[in-house]
Amino acid sequence: MKENPNKIPIERRVYKRRSCRDSNLTPQNSELLTLTYGALVSQMLRDYESVDDVNKQLDRIGFNMGMRLIEDFLARTGSGRCLDMRETADKIQLAFRMYLNVQPTVSNWAASADEFSLIFDTNPLTEFVELPADYQQLRYSSILCGCIRGALEMVQLEVQCWFTQDQLKGDATTEIRVKFVRRLEDAVPAGED
Amino acid sequence: MVIYGVYIVNKSGGLIFNLDHNLPKIETEKTFSYPLDIALDYETKKVCVAFGQRDGINVGHVLIGINGVLVTGTLLEDGRDAREVIENKDNYPLSLKFSRPKMTTNEKIFLASMFYPLFAIASQLSPEPKSSGIEVLEADTFRLHCFQTLTGVKFMIVAENIQTGIDALLRRIYELYADYVLKNPFYSLEMPIRCELFDTNLQALLDQAEKGGVVSS
Repeated sequence: MKENPNKIPIERRVYKRRSCRDSNLTPQNSELLTLTYGALVSQMLRDYESVDDVNKQLDRIGFNMGMRLIEDFLARTGSGRCLDMRETADKIQLAFRMYLNVQPTVSNWAASADEFSLIFDTNPLTEFVELPADYQQLRYSSILCGCIRGALEMVQLEVQCWFTQDQLKGDATTEIRVKFVRRLEDAVPAGED
Repeated sequence: MVIYGVYIVNKSGGLIFNLDHNLPKIETEKTFSYPLDIALDYETKKVCVAFGQRDGINVGHVLIGINGVLVTGTLLEDGRDAREVIENKDNYPLSLKFSRPKMTTNEKIFLASMFYPLFAIASQLSPEPKSSGIEVLEADTFRLHCFQTLTGVKFMIVAENIQTGIDALLRRIYELYADYVLKNPFYSLEMPIRCELFDTNLQALLDQAEKGGVVSS
């Protein structure tokens, strides 16, 4: 395999935190996450009959994770509400750095500034993965899309989120497209609407 | 420096967590002879002092014991009615025990959901647009601090007026919530919080805050 110059050393910390529990902070090996996720996906492929169902379930799991993870992100970064999509993109980028220690590039902005792409040179979830021929329909990392959607929904932003490129499918980079749908006005907490 | 309690209200206004931290317990026992020299108010669910404050028994305190027998509501532990016992001259001298009324869980839930519209009204009453809701509510005996997250969860601390560093403390509680509540796979969102790890960590944090302030992370 060709050595990727952007590759981050393996003993990188998956989950950087600067909180009360710094004392028992141990650098966690990202391989553990990669392998656990792989086990989850392969178990789901065994449990569900169709690859489509697996895609859906992964997205759903991601959504539920995002709904919880957003509080962790807000508590740790203390960031305020985004007032445009560019700010949102920056925060998502920061979140990827915090939780997966990868820094996606934000690019391909739509002219209306409501749609952008996150481009990953490496995807930590797919580090040791090769997609078998009969699973070409599988969106292996769709948990990430669900996660973005879930997290943004909790801060009253409805978005669509999908893969347009995937290294697993032979593309040069992995690209997640995020599109703003609407602001969930009726869910905005009192004192902010 | 005293913190009296912590409340967490979900985004629909329901109380999902409450901790009484340092509520001083005030109980006074005194022996009375006939006729009773304080006026008692017999309500449907409690007997409380209506008039005649003395010896640490204040107006508003409720009756919790007669001659060492526990009173719950208006009934004694042995089934007798408190009013009948007190009004019967043959029972005297009587030793009555009063205490400051404690809020029941129901009352707390009720009050927490009352705060929710108050918070919303405050932001609408504001002469300036885009005002936040109530952040601090001050009374002569306490100060209530409220912090609303971007997702709509409210964290509230009831503390002594002079307590400082509450803002940092509220943010630390938010972190604990993100860590020990939301990462608990058995916790479902917006439901009451029953996580022991959260309780113990919060307790430690509050003790630390009372001793000398929280170091913000």
